[in-house]
Amino acid sequence: MAVVKLTDQNFEEEVLKSSTPVLVDFWAAWCGPCRVIAPVIEELAEELTGKVKVCKLNVDENPVTPGKFGIRAIPTLIIFKDGSPIETIVGAVSKSTILNVLNKVI
Amino acid sequence: MKSLKEYEVVIVGAGPAGITAYLYAKRSLLETLLIDKGFIGGQVLLIDFIENYPGFPEGISGYELVERMKAQIERLGLNFLQEEVVKLEIQDNYKLLYLRGGEILKSKSIILALGASPKKLGIPGERELTGKGVAYCATCDGPLFRDEVIAVLGGGNTALQEALFLTKFAKKIYLIHRRDSFRATPILQKRVQENEKIILVLNTVVEEIIGSSQVEKIRIKHKISGEESFLEVSGVFVFIGYQPETDWLRGTLELDSQGFILVDKNLKTSLEGVFACGDCISKEFRQIISACGEGAIAALMAEKYLNEVFKK
Repeated sequence: MAVVKLTDQNFEEEVLKSSTPVLVDFWAAWCGPCRVIAPVIEELAEELTGKVKVCKLNVDENPVTPGKFGIRAIPTLIIFKDGSPIETIVGAVSKSTILNVLNKVI
Repeated sequence: MKSLKEYEVVIVGAGPAGITAYLYAKRSLLETLLIDKGFIGGQVLLIDFIENYPGFPEGISGYELVERMKAQIERLGLNFLQEEVVKLEIQDNYKLLYLRGGEILKSKSIILALGASPKKLGIPGERELTGKGVAYCATCDGPLFRDEVIAVLGGGNTALQEALFLTKFAKKIYLIHRRDSFRATPILQKRVQENEKIILVLNTVVEEIIGSSQVEKIRIKHKISGEESFLEVSGVFVFIGYQPETDWLRGTLELDSQGFILVDKNLKTSLEGVFACGDCISKEFRQIISACGEGAIAALMAEKYLNEVFKK
């Protein structure tokens, strides 16, 4: 599945009400490390189809949601399950690191 | 023992030094592997704007510079492995690299281009609040502090450059430095002094970072009077220098007191056939351009070593 593009408006519907676990990538265009992990996020979306919903949220275009979750660094990845954040990864980390964290919680 | 393919050169670290070493090694037609636990680019990816790398008169972002460097080595065939090296061992003339995942690489020569990472303050609150207001990268985290009051720590080029960058977002910046003057290059000092958003707090150290879920304030101490006070800030940006990640090499090759790798003028380490370049070596200045220059020399030295030791 392709990466789901989140906004402040659809966040609740797509993430908080999701029946499957959700991985949200908080990013921005000016952030080099965010651009570096973008292909990794796309790969994860394909590989985890049906298991994890993979989404990204641009923090510049959507200032409300990052504020709610205290995002002070990007890229930040948050894993949501049953409407609550359960794991946070700050910084550009490798695909295997993300998968390790995901496998622990899903 | 599960052993992988044998290489002529394995380059550990994929920042500018490692990328340049790879470029030269490939052009020498050596069997080469580039390995890094992170992504190609290293610390350069964190730099907003680079004005001192020749050939880019308008300046260039760190990400763009890395993309160009990467494109150049991709043309030669990029053999990159994203893995962490945990141990180096010498076996006759061969070098063994033990990887985190359990595999072992065998190579005739090694180039260490490990880079460095931002030095931590080592004070209460720092680790707990990292990513929650404590930051080491202005480019990544600065825009999340729009119209807020923040502190920038340090007195070198990075600290001043990043303080200036952060004035685009923050409404007020306390630039805190433990000495009474800056080490940074004069042009940056002049820009900082002229900037109305930056308030200089000199002869001062930060003793503690305070906040429950986010940074709320810092406790500072004046070094001369000994007086302590608090500053209310929502962000603390730390630029107090760099430390190498060389713990895994301790006892294997010679390091200086801070852990940087000791090399001779031709970038030879204390181990035969092992070279080092870039920010991880013991030296006065750390610049992208010098890292590249050293990467080139390290690769040429490795080639010379291979000719002398293995082809006779």
